[in-house]
Amino acid sequence: MAETSAQKPLPVVDFLKLPDGGDPYLEGHKCQSCGAVFLGERAVCSKCGARNQMKATKLSNQGTLYVYSIVHRSFPGIQVPYVSAIVDLEGGGTVKGNLINVEPNPEKIRLGMPVEVVYKDALGRKDREGNSYVSYFFQPRP
Amino acid sequence: MSDVFVVGIDMTKFQKAGTGPSVDLLGAQAALMALDDCGLEIQQMEALYCGNLGQANAMVGQRVLQQIGQTGIPVVNCANACATGATAFREAWMAIKAGVYDLVLAVGVEKMGGGLLGGAGGGTGIPKEGLLGSGTMPAVFAEAGMEHTRKHGTTFEQFAKVSVKNHHHSTMNPKSMYQIETPLETVMNAEMIAYPNTKLMCSVNVDGSAAAVLASEKKARELGLMKRAVRVKASVMTSDPWQERDLVMPDVNTCTRLAAKKAYEMAGVGARDINLVELHDCFATAELLHYENLGLCGEGEAGKMIDTGETALGGRVPVNVSGGLLSKGHPLGATGIANIYEVSTHLRGEAGKRQVPNARFGLTHVIGLGSACGIHILEKVSA
Repeated sequence: MAETSAQKPLPVVDFLKLPDGGDPYLEGHKCQSCGAVFLGERAVCSKCGARNQMKATKLSNQGTLYVYSIVHRSFPGIQVPYVSAIVDLEGGGTVKGNLINVEPNPEKIRLGMPVEVVYKDALGRKDREGNSYVSYFFQPRP
Repeated sequence: MSDVFVVGIDMTKFQKAGTGPSVDLLGAQAALMALDDCGLEIQQMEALYCGNLGQANAMVGQRVLQQIGQTGIPVVNCANACATGATAFREAWMAIKAGVYDLVLAVGVEKMGGGLLGGAGGGTGIPKEGLLGSGTMPAVFAEAGMEHTRKHGTTFEQFAKVSVKNHHHSTMNPKSMYQIETPLETVMNAEMIAYPNTKLMCSVNVDGSAAAVLASEKKARELGLMKRAVRVKASVMTSDPWQERDLVMPDVNTCTRLAAKKAYEMAGVGARDINLVELHDCFATAELLHYENLGLCGEGEAGKMIDTGETALGGRVPVNVSGGLLSKGHPLGATGIANIYEVSTHLRGEAGKRQVPNARFGLTHVIGLGSACGIHILEKVSA
Protein backbone atom coordinates (compact mmCIF):
# COMPACT_ATOMS: atom_id res chain seq x y z
CA MET A 1 0.00 0.00 0.00
CA ALA A 2 2.71 2.44 1.05
CA GLU A 3 4.46 1.84 -2.25
CA THR A 4 1.58 2.88 -4.46
CA SER A 5 0.48 5.80 -2.30
CA ALA A 6 4.05 7.13 -2.16
CA GLN A 7 3.93 7.50 -5.93
CA LYS A 8 0.77 9.54 -6.10
CA PRO A 9 0.42 12.61 -3.85
CA LEU A 10 -2.50 12.59 -1.46
CA PRO A 11 -4.99 15.43 -0.87
CA VAL A 12 -4.25 17.48 2.27
CA VAL A 13 -7.91 17.43 3.31
CA ASP A 14 -10.76 15.19 2.26
CA PHE A 15 -12.61 18.03 0.53
CA LEU A 16 -9.73 18.51 -1.92
CA LYS A 17 -10.36 16.16 -4.84
CA LEU A 18 -7.67 14.89 -7.20
CA PRO A 19 -9.54 13.21 -10.06
CA ASP A 20 -7.53 10.91 -12.33
CA GLY A 21 -6.69 12.85 -15.45
CA GLY A 22 -8.58 15.95 -14.28
CA ASP A 23 -7.81 19.18 -12.48
CA PRO A 24 -7.88 19.31 -8.69
CA TYR A 25 -10.85 21.03 -7.10
CA LEU A 26 -12.47 21.72 -3.74
CA GLU A 27 -15.67 19.89 -3.04
CA GLY A 28 -18.54 21.27 -1.00
CA HIS A 29 -21.68 19.60 0.16
CA LYS A 30 -24.76 21.67 -0.41
CA CYS A 31 -28.04 21.25 1.40
CA GLN A 32 -30.80 20.89 -1.19
CA SER A 33 -33.28 22.14 1.36
CA CYS A 34 -31.74 25.44 2.51
CA GLY A 35 -28.69 25.95 0.31
CA ALA A 36 -26.05 25.93 3.06
CA VAL A 37 -22.63 24.81 1.82
CA PHE A 38 -20.34 22.63 3.94
CA LEU A 39 -16.82 21.33 3.47
CA GLY A 40 -16.63 17.56 3.81
CA GLU A 41 -19.38 14.98 3.75
CA ARG A 42 -22.24 14.97 6.23
CA ALA A 43 -25.73 13.51 6.51
CA VAL A 44 -27.60 16.27 8.33
CA CYS A 45 -27.63 20.01 7.66
CA SER A 46 -26.68 21.98 10.77
CA LYS A 47 -28.36 25.10 9.43
CA CYS A 48 -31.86 23.73 8.87
CA GLY A 49 -31.70 20.19 10.26
CA ALA A 50 -32.71 18.50 6.98
CA ARG A 51 -31.54 14.90 6.70
CA ASN A 52 -30.07 13.24 3.62
CA GLN A 53 -30.35 16.39 1.53
CA MET A 54 -26.63 16.89 0.98
CA LYS A 55 -25.33 16.93 -2.57
CA ALA A 56 -21.66 17.05 -3.54
CA THR A 57 -20.83 20.19 -5.50
CA LYS A 58 -17.68 21.46 -7.13
CA LEU A 59 -16.62 24.74 -5.53
CA SER A 60 -15.32 27.66 -7.56
CA ASN A 61 -11.62 28.47 -7.79
CA GLN A 62 -12.49 32.16 -7.80
CA GLY A 63 -13.22 34.10 -4.68
CA THR A 64 -12.59 37.19 -2.60
CA LEU A 65 -10.49 37.71 0.49
CA TYR A 66 -12.84 38.06 3.45
CA VAL A 67 -10.28 38.55 6.25
CA TYR A 68 -6.69 37.61 7.06
CA SER A 69 -3.99 37.70 9.70
CA ILE A 70 -0.25 37.87 9.16
CA VAL A 71 1.19 35.20 11.41
CA HIS A 72 4.61 36.01 12.85
CA ARG A 73 4.73 33.43 15.61
CA SER A 74 3.60 29.86 15.18
CA PHE A 75 4.55 26.46 16.48
CA PRO A 76 8.17 25.28 16.31
CA GLY A 77 9.21 24.32 12.81
CA ILE A 78 6.49 26.33 11.06
CA GLN A 79 7.99 28.92 8.76
CA VAL A 80 6.85 32.49 9.43
CA PRO A 81 5.64 34.99 8.45
CA TYR A 82 2.73 33.76 6.41
CA VAL A 83 -0.73 35.05 5.66
CA SER A 84 -3.65 33.11 7.07
CA ALA A 85 -6.66 33.94 4.95
CA ILE A 86 -10.38 33.31 4.88
CA VAL A 87 -11.81 33.37 1.38
CA ASP A 88 -15.42 33.44 0.22
CA LEU A 89 -15.72 31.43 -2.99
CA GLU A 90 -18.00 32.54 -5.79
CA GLY A 91 -21.25 30.63 -5.67
CA GLY A 92 -20.86 29.62 -2.03
CA GLY A 93 -18.42 28.07 0.38
CA THR A 94 -15.83 29.71 2.63
CA VAL A 95 -12.35 28.24 2.93
CA LYS A 96 -9.35 28.97 5.11
CA GLY A 97 -5.79 28.67 3.87
CA ASN A 98 -2.50 30.42 3.16
CA LEU A 99 -2.51 33.47 0.92
CA ILE A 100 0.65 33.31 -1.19
CA ASN A 101 2.44 35.45 -3.76
CA VAL A 102 1.71 38.57 -1.76
CA GLU A 103 3.98 40.54 0.56
CA PRO A 104 3.08 39.83 4.21
CA ASN A 105 2.41 43.48 4.87
CA PRO A 106 -1.00 44.92 5.79
CA GLU A 107 -0.47 47.72 3.30
CA LYS A 108 -0.17 45.21 0.46
CA ILE A 109 -3.22 43.12 1.31
CA ARG A 110 -6.66 44.52 0.63
CA LEU A 111 -9.74 43.13 2.33
CA GLY A 112 -12.16 42.09 -0.40
CA MET A 113 -9.45 41.65 -3.03
CA PRO A 114 -10.12 39.04 -5.73
CA VAL A 115 -8.17 35.82 -5.25
CA GLU A 116 -7.99 32.43 -6.91
CA VAL A 117 -7.43 28.96 -5.58
CA VAL A 118 -4.28 27.20 -6.79
CA TYR A 119 -3.11 23.67 -6.11
CA LYS A 120 0.48 22.75 -5.31
CA ASP A 121 2.69 20.51 -3.24
CA ALA A 122 2.06 20.97 0.50
CA LEU A 123 5.28 22.92 1.25
CA GLY A 124 7.28 19.72 1.05
CA ARG A 125 5.59 18.26 4.11
CA LYS A 126 5.43 14.46 4.12
CA ASP A 127 3.71 12.04 6.46
CA ARG A 128 5.40 9.21 8.36
CA GLU A 129 5.11 6.86 5.40
CA GLY A 130 6.84 9.38 3.17
CA ASN A 131 3.74 10.34 1.21
CA SER A 132 3.64 13.73 -0.49
CA TYR A 133 0.53 15.87 -0.34
CA VAL A 134 -1.23 18.34 -2.57
CA SER A 135 -2.64 21.39 -0.86
CA TYR A 136 -4.66 24.39 -1.95
CA PHE A 137 -3.49 27.98 -1.65
CA PHE A 138 -4.90 31.38 -2.46
CA GLN A 139 -3.17 33.98 -4.57
CA PRO A 140 -4.18 37.41 -5.84
CA ARG A 141 -5.97 37.28 -9.17
CA PRO A 142 -4.08 39.03 -11.96
CA MET B 1 -38.53 30.72 42.29
CA SER B 2 -36.09 32.26 44.70
CA ASP B 3 -33.64 34.91 43.62
CA VAL B 4 -30.09 33.65 43.90
CA PHE B 5 -27.35 35.61 45.64
CA VAL B 6 -23.60 35.52 45.68
CA VAL B 7 -22.82 35.65 49.39
CA GLY B 8 -19.14 34.74 49.35
CA ILE B 9 -16.63 35.17 46.54
CA ASP B 10 -12.89 35.48 46.09
CA MET B 11 -10.00 34.65 43.79
CA THR B 12 -6.33 33.87 44.17
CA LYS B 13 -3.75 36.33 42.93
CA PHE B 14 -3.14 35.18 39.37
CA GLN B 15 0.45 34.03 38.93
CA LYS B 16 2.78 33.06 36.13
CA ALA B 17 1.75 29.82 34.40
CA GLY B 18 3.34 26.79 35.96
CA THR B 19 4.30 28.47 39.25
CA GLY B 20 1.12 27.68 41.18
CA PRO B 21 0.45 24.69 43.40
CA SER B 22 -1.29 21.57 42.04
CA VAL B 23 -4.74 22.09 40.57
CA ASP B 24 -6.57 20.64 43.59
CA LEU B 25 -4.63 22.80 46.06
CA LEU B 26 -5.11 25.87 43.89
CA GLY B 27 -8.86 25.22 43.71
CA ALA B 28 -8.93 24.58 47.44
CA GLN B 29 -7.33 27.97 48.11
CA ALA B 30 -10.07 29.90 46.33
CA ALA B 31 -12.80 27.68 47.81
CA LEU B 32 -11.59 28.41 51.35
CA MET B 33 -11.26 32.12 50.56
CA ALA B 34 -14.85 32.24 49.28
CA LEU B 35 -16.11 30.39 52.37
CA ASP B 36 -14.17 32.79 54.59
CA ASP B 37 -15.60 35.74 52.70
CA CYS B 38 -19.06 34.84 54.03
CA GLY B 39 -17.98 33.07 57.22
CA LEU B 40 -19.39 29.68 56.22
CA GLU B 41 -17.92 26.17 56.43
CA ILE B 42 -17.63 23.47 53.80
CA GLN B 43 -20.05 21.37 55.92
CA GLN B 44 -22.80 23.87 55.05
CA MET B 45 -22.38 23.47 51.28
CA GLU B 46 -24.95 21.20 49.66
CA ALA B 47 -23.28 20.77 46.27
CA LEU B 48 -20.12 21.70 44.37
CA TYR B 49 -19.84 22.65 40.73
CA CYS B 50 -16.22 22.73 39.63
CA GLY B 51 -14.86 24.15 36.39
CA ASN B 52 -11.51 23.05 35.00
CA LEU B 53 -10.35 22.39 31.47
CA GLY B 54 -6.81 20.99 31.61
CA GLN B 55 -7.76 18.01 33.76
CA ALA B 56 -11.39 17.75 32.71
CA ASN B 57 -11.33 13.97 32.97
CA ALA B 58 -9.67 13.83 36.38
CA MET B 59 -12.35 14.65 38.97
CA VAL B 60 -10.91 18.01 40.00
CA GLY B 61 -13.95 18.95 42.13
CA GLN B 62 -13.70 15.82 44.23
CA ARG B 63 -9.96 16.39 44.63
CA VAL B 64 -10.66 19.92 45.88
CA LEU B 65 -12.98 18.44 48.51
CA GLN B 66 -10.28 15.94 49.42
CA GLN B 67 -8.22 19.00 50.37
CA ILE B 68 -10.88 20.94 52.29
CA GLY B 69 -13.57 18.54 53.49
CA GLN B 70 -15.06 15.34 52.09
CA THR B 71 -18.66 15.81 53.11
CA GLY B 72 -20.22 13.47 50.56
CA ILE B 73 -22.05 16.21 48.62
CA PRO B 74 -22.72 15.87 44.90
CA VAL B 75 -19.89 17.19 42.73
CA VAL B 76 -20.26 18.06 39.06
CA ASN B 77 -17.14 18.74 37.01
CA CYS B 78 -17.68 21.15 34.13
CA ALA B 79 -15.66 21.77 30.97
CA ASN B 80 -16.80 24.34 28.41
CA ALA B 81 -13.62 25.87 26.94
CA CYS B 82 -13.07 29.43 28.19
CA ALA B 83 -16.68 29.55 29.44
CA THR B 84 -15.90 26.75 31.92
CA GLY B 85 -15.97 28.88 35.08
CA ALA B 86 -19.16 30.65 34.05
CA THR B 87 -20.70 27.26 33.32
CA ALA B 88 -19.89 25.98 36.83
CA PHE B 89 -21.31 29.17 38.35
CA ARG B 90 -24.45 28.93 36.23
CA GLU B 91 -25.02 25.28 37.16
CA ALA B 92 -24.81 26.29 40.82
CA TRP B 93 -27.26 29.13 40.16
CA MET B 94 -29.64 26.77 38.39
CA ALA B 95 -29.59 24.22 41.19
CA ILE B 96 -30.70 26.89 43.67
CA LYS B 97 -33.14 28.42 41.21
CA ALA B 98 -34.73 24.99 40.82
CA GLY B 99 -35.18 24.79 44.57
CA VAL B 100 -33.00 21.72 44.98
CA TYR B 101 -30.39 23.39 47.23
CA ASP B 102 -30.00 26.58 49.29
CA LEU B 103 -26.20 26.81 49.53
CA VAL B 104 -23.89 25.81 46.71
CA LEU B 105 -20.17 26.23 46.06
CA ALA B 106 -18.80 26.97 42.58
CA VAL B 107 -15.06 26.73 41.91
CA GLY B 108 -13.09 27.52 38.77
CA VAL B 109 -9.43 26.59 38.59
CA GLU B 110 -6.73 26.28 35.96
CA LYS B 111 -3.04 25.61 35.71
CA MET B 112 -1.80 26.77 32.34
CA GLY B 113 1.09 25.79 30.13
CA GLY B 114 3.03 28.46 28.29
CA GLY B 115 2.87 29.51 24.68
CA LEU B 116 0.30 29.46 21.94
CA LEU B 117 -3.10 27.87 22.26
CA GLY B 118 -4.90 26.32 19.32
CA GLY B 119 -3.55 25.08 16.00
CA ALA B 120 -4.99 24.35 12.57
CA GLY B 121 -6.25 20.87 11.87
CA GLY B 122 -5.07 17.76 13.62
CA GLY B 123 -5.75 14.18 12.74
CA THR B 124 -3.95 12.17 10.15
CA GLY B 125 -1.57 13.11 7.38
CA ILE B 126 0.66 16.14 7.75
CA PRO B 127 0.56 19.18 10.08
CA LYS B 128 -1.86 21.78 8.71
CA GLU B 129 -0.67 24.78 10.73
CA GLY B 130 0.97 27.32 8.41
CA LEU B 131 -0.28 25.36 5.41
CA LEU B 132 -4.02 25.86 5.63
CA GLY B 133 -3.75 29.19 7.42
CA SER B 134 -3.46 29.36 11.18
CA GLY B 135 -5.54 27.90 13.95
CA THR B 136 -3.53 29.59 16.68
CA MET B 137 -5.72 31.68 18.94
CA PRO B 138 -3.91 34.98 18.27
CA ALA B 139 -4.51 34.51 14.53
CA VAL B 140 -8.10 33.36 14.92
CA PHE B 141 -8.92 36.45 16.97
CA ALA B 142 -6.86 38.64 14.64
CA GLU B 143 -9.12 37.48 11.83
CA ALA B 144 -12.20 38.15 13.96
CA GLY B 145 -10.88 41.69 14.51
CA MET B 146 -10.17 42.13 10.82
CA GLU B 147 -13.83 41.45 10.16
CA HIS B 148 -14.55 44.57 12.24
CA THR B 149 -11.89 46.44 10.28
CA ARG B 150 -13.52 45.32 7.06
CA LYS B 151 -16.96 46.51 8.15
CA HIS B 152 -16.05 49.63 10.08
CA GLY B 153 -12.46 50.60 9.28
CA THR B 154 -11.21 49.84 12.79
CA THR B 155 -7.45 50.39 13.03
CA PHE B 156 -4.49 48.55 14.54
CA GLU B 157 -4.04 51.54 16.85
CA GLN B 158 -7.61 51.33 18.11
CA PHE B 159 -7.19 47.64 18.91
CA ALA B 160 -3.90 48.43 20.66
CA LYS B 161 -5.59 51.05 22.84
CA VAL B 162 -7.63 48.26 24.47
CA SER B 163 -4.43 46.79 25.80
CA VAL B 164 -3.17 50.18 27.03
CA LYS B 165 -6.42 50.65 28.95
CA ASN B 166 -6.60 47.18 30.48
CA HIS B 167 -2.95 47.19 31.55
CA HIS B 168 -3.52 50.60 33.12
CA HIS B 169 -6.51 49.24 35.04
CA SER B 170 -4.47 46.35 36.36
CA THR B 171 -2.03 48.71 38.09
CA MET B 172 -4.85 49.20 40.61
CA ASN B 173 -5.57 45.49 41.04
CA PRO B 174 -3.24 43.64 43.40
CA LYS B 175 -4.70 40.27 42.29
CA SER B 176 -3.75 40.89 38.66
CA MET B 177 -0.80 39.02 37.17
CA TYR B 178 0.73 42.28 35.94
CA GLN B 179 0.67 45.78 37.38
CA ILE B 180 2.44 47.64 34.64
CA GLU B 181 1.62 50.58 32.42
CA THR B 182 2.01 49.83 28.72
CA PRO B 183 1.92 53.02 26.64
CA LEU B 184 0.52 52.85 23.11
CA GLU B 185 3.94 52.76 21.42
CA THR B 186 5.00 49.91 23.68
CA VAL B 187 1.91 47.90 22.79
CA MET B 188 2.16 48.57 19.06
CA ASN B 189 5.91 47.91 18.94
CA ALA B 190 5.79 44.72 20.98
CA GLU B 191 6.57 41.49 19.14
CA MET B 192 3.97 40.93 16.44
CA ILE B 193 2.33 37.57 17.05
CA ALA B 194 -0.49 37.61 14.50
CA TYR B 195 -1.28 40.95 12.90
CA PRO B 196 -2.92 42.98 14.31
CA ASN B 197 -2.32 41.29 17.69
CA THR B 198 1.07 42.00 19.25
CA LYS B 199 2.30 40.10 22.28
CA LEU B 200 0.85 42.71 24.64
CA MET B 201 -2.51 42.30 22.93
CA CYS B 202 -2.72 38.59 23.82
CA SER B 203 -4.10 37.36 27.14
CA VAL B 204 -1.63 36.14 29.73
CA ASN B 205 -1.36 32.44 30.55
CA VAL B 206 -1.54 32.20 34.35
CA ASP B 207 -2.34 29.79 37.14
CA GLY B 208 -5.38 30.91 39.08
CA SER B 209 -8.55 30.00 40.83
CA ALA B 210 -11.79 31.71 41.83
CA ALA B 211 -14.74 30.50 43.86
CA ALA B 212 -18.22 31.64 44.84
CA VAL B 213 -20.76 30.64 47.46
CA LEU B 214 -24.29 31.01 46.12
CA ALA B 215 -27.39 31.10 48.31
CA SER B 216 -31.15 31.21 48.03
CA GLU B 217 -32.76 34.39 49.36
CA LYS B 218 -34.27 32.53 52.29
CA LYS B 219 -30.91 31.09 53.31
CA ALA B 220 -29.01 34.33 52.78
CA ARG B 221 -31.46 36.16 55.06
CA GLU B 222 -31.48 33.37 57.62
CA LEU B 223 -27.68 33.51 57.83
CA GLY B 224 -27.62 37.30 57.96
CA LEU B 225 -25.61 37.56 54.76
CA MET B 226 -27.72 40.04 52.79
CA LYS B 227 -25.60 43.09 53.54
CA ARG B 228 -22.74 42.11 51.24
CA ALA B 229 -24.83 39.86 49.01
CA VAL B 230 -24.97 40.39 45.25
CA ARG B 231 -28.13 39.46 43.36
CA VAL B 232 -27.80 37.34 40.21
CA LYS B 233 -30.24 39.18 37.96
CA ALA B 234 -29.55 37.11 34.87
CA SER B 235 -27.64 33.96 34.00
CA VAL B 236 -27.56 33.05 30.34
CA MET B 237 -25.65 30.61 28.19
CA THR B 238 -25.75 30.15 24.44
CA SER B 239 -24.00 28.06 21.83
CA ASP B 240 -23.20 29.28 18.35
CA PRO B 241 -26.11 29.47 15.92
CA TRP B 242 -25.25 28.45 12.35
CA GLN B 243 -23.34 31.07 10.39
CA GLU B 244 -22.09 30.78 6.84
CA ARG B 245 -18.37 30.96 7.71
CA ASP B 246 -18.64 28.75 10.81
CA LEU B 247 -16.53 25.93 9.46
CA VAL B 248 -13.42 28.02 9.08
CA MET B 249 -14.01 31.10 11.19
CA PRO B 250 -15.23 30.73 14.77
CA ASP B 251 -17.97 33.27 15.37
CA VAL B 252 -17.83 34.98 18.77
CA ASN B 253 -20.39 37.61 17.82
CA THR B 254 -23.66 35.83 17.17
CA CYS B 255 -23.67 33.77 20.37
CA THR B 256 -22.74 36.87 22.39
CA ARG B 257 -25.52 38.94 20.84
CA LEU B 258 -28.02 36.19 21.50
CA ALA B 259 -26.87 35.83 25.11
CA ALA B 260 -26.88 39.58 25.72
CA LYS B 261 -30.41 39.94 24.42
CA LYS B 262 -31.64 37.13 26.68
CA ALA B 263 -29.70 38.46 29.66
CA TYR B 264 -31.09 41.99 29.40
CA GLU B 265 -34.59 40.54 29.08
CA MET B 266 -34.11 38.28 32.09
CA ALA B 267 -32.67 41.09 34.21
CA GLY B 268 -35.23 43.63 33.09
CA VAL B 269 -32.50 46.17 32.41
CA GLY B 270 -30.87 47.55 29.30
CA ALA B 271 -27.26 48.03 28.29
CA ARG B 272 -27.55 51.66 29.37
CA ASP B 273 -28.24 50.60 32.96
CA ILE B 274 -24.98 48.67 33.25
CA ASN B 275 -22.31 50.46 35.30
CA LEU B 276 -19.37 48.18 34.61
CA VAL B 277 -18.51 45.24 32.39
CA GLU B 278 -15.97 42.44 32.60
CA LEU B 279 -15.88 40.98 29.11
CA HIS B 280 -13.83 38.35 27.32
CA ASP B 281 -10.75 40.27 26.14
CA CYS B 282 -8.77 37.14 25.31
CA PHE B 283 -7.18 39.32 22.63
CA ALA B 284 -7.33 43.07 22.24
CA THR B 285 -9.21 42.63 18.95
CA ALA B 286 -11.99 40.75 20.75
CA GLU B 287 -12.82 43.50 23.23
CA LEU B 288 -13.96 45.97 20.59
CA LEU B 289 -16.27 43.41 18.97
CA HIS B 290 -18.03 42.86 22.26
CA TYR B 291 -18.76 46.57 22.85
CA GLU B 292 -21.21 46.26 19.99
CA ASN B 293 -22.23 42.67 20.73
CA LEU B 294 -23.24 43.65 24.26
CA GLY B 295 -24.98 46.82 23.08
CA LEU B 296 -22.61 49.13 24.95
CA CYS B 297 -22.46 51.25 21.79
CA GLY B 298 -24.09 51.29 18.38
CA GLU B 299 -22.95 49.32 15.34
CA GLY B 300 -19.55 50.44 14.14
CA GLU B 301 -18.96 52.71 17.14
CA ALA B 302 -16.55 50.51 19.10
CA GLY B 303 -13.46 52.22 17.66
CA LYS B 304 -14.79 55.60 18.69
CA MET B 305 -15.68 54.23 22.11
CA ILE B 306 -12.10 53.22 22.86
CA ASP B 307 -10.78 56.49 21.38
CA THR B 308 -12.94 58.62 23.66
CA GLY B 309 -12.18 56.69 26.83
CA GLU B 310 -15.79 55.78 27.53
CA THR B 311 -14.75 52.29 28.62
CA ALA B 312 -11.84 53.38 30.83
CA LEU B 313 -12.24 53.78 34.58
CA GLY B 314 -13.99 57.14 35.00
CA GLY B 315 -15.75 56.75 31.63
CA ARG B 316 -19.43 56.08 30.98
CA VAL B 317 -19.18 52.29 31.23
CA PRO B 318 -15.79 51.04 32.41
CA VAL B 319 -14.79 47.74 30.81
CA ASN B 320 -12.32 45.29 32.34
CA VAL B 321 -11.38 47.43 35.32
CA SER B 322 -9.73 44.30 36.75
CA GLY B 323 -7.11 44.45 33.99
CA GLY B 324 -9.00 41.88 31.99
CA LEU B 325 -7.60 38.72 30.53
CA LEU B 326 -4.94 40.84 28.85
CA SER B 327 -3.28 41.89 32.09
CA LYS B 328 -4.96 40.18 35.04
CA GLY B 329 -4.53 36.89 33.21
CA HIS B 330 -6.63 34.11 31.76
CA PRO B 331 -6.66 30.81 33.66
CA LEU B 332 -9.28 29.26 31.38
CA GLY B 333 -11.47 27.45 33.90
CA ALA B 334 -11.26 30.20 36.53
CA THR B 335 -11.92 33.21 34.31
CA GLY B 336 -15.71 32.98 34.36
CA ILE B 337 -15.83 33.16 38.16
CA ALA B 338 -12.96 35.64 38.51
CA ASN B 339 -14.88 38.19 36.46
CA ILE B 340 -17.94 37.67 38.68
CA TYR B 341 -15.62 38.32 41.65
CA GLU B 342 -14.52 41.59 40.07
CA VAL B 343 -18.03 42.86 39.42
CA SER B 344 -19.25 41.71 42.85
CA THR B 345 -16.39 43.58 44.50
CA HIS B 346 -17.48 46.81 42.81
CA LEU B 347 -21.15 46.27 43.66
CA ARG B 348 -20.09 45.79 47.27
CA GLY B 349 -18.10 49.02 47.11
CA GLU B 350 -14.91 47.19 48.08
CA ALA B 351 -12.77 47.68 44.97
CA GLY B 352 -10.43 50.28 46.45
CA LYS B 353 -8.54 52.46 43.98
CA ARG B 354 -10.26 51.00 40.95
CA GLN B 355 -13.77 51.27 42.40
CA VAL B 356 -16.43 52.23 39.86
CA PRO B 357 -18.43 54.80 41.85
CA ASN B 358 -22.07 54.04 42.68
CA ALA B 359 -22.09 50.79 40.71
CA ARG B 360 -25.51 49.15 40.83
CA PHE B 361 -25.52 46.79 37.86
CA GLY B 362 -22.55 44.91 36.41
CA LEU B 363 -22.24 42.45 33.54
CA THR B 364 -19.80 39.59 33.04
CA HIS B 365 -19.18 37.87 29.72
CA VAL B 366 -17.07 34.94 28.60
CA ILE B 367 -16.68 33.08 25.33
CA GLY B 368 -15.48 29.54 25.02
CA LEU B 369 -14.46 28.98 21.43
CA GLY B 370 -16.39 26.26 19.77
CA SER B 371 -18.58 28.01 21.07
CA ALA B 372 -20.14 28.78 24.43
CA CYS B 373 -21.11 32.24 25.60
CA GLY B 374 -21.94 32.91 29.24
CA ILE B 375 -23.35 36.21 30.48
CA HIS B 376 -24.27 37.16 34.03
CA ILE B 377 -25.88 40.39 35.17
CA LEU B 378 -25.37 41.17 38.84
CA GLU B 379 -27.08 43.74 41.04
CA LYS B 380 -26.06 45.44 44.22
CA VAL B 381 -28.43 44.61 47.07
CA SER B 382 -29.69 47.83 48.60
CA ALA B 383 -30.22 46.44 52.06
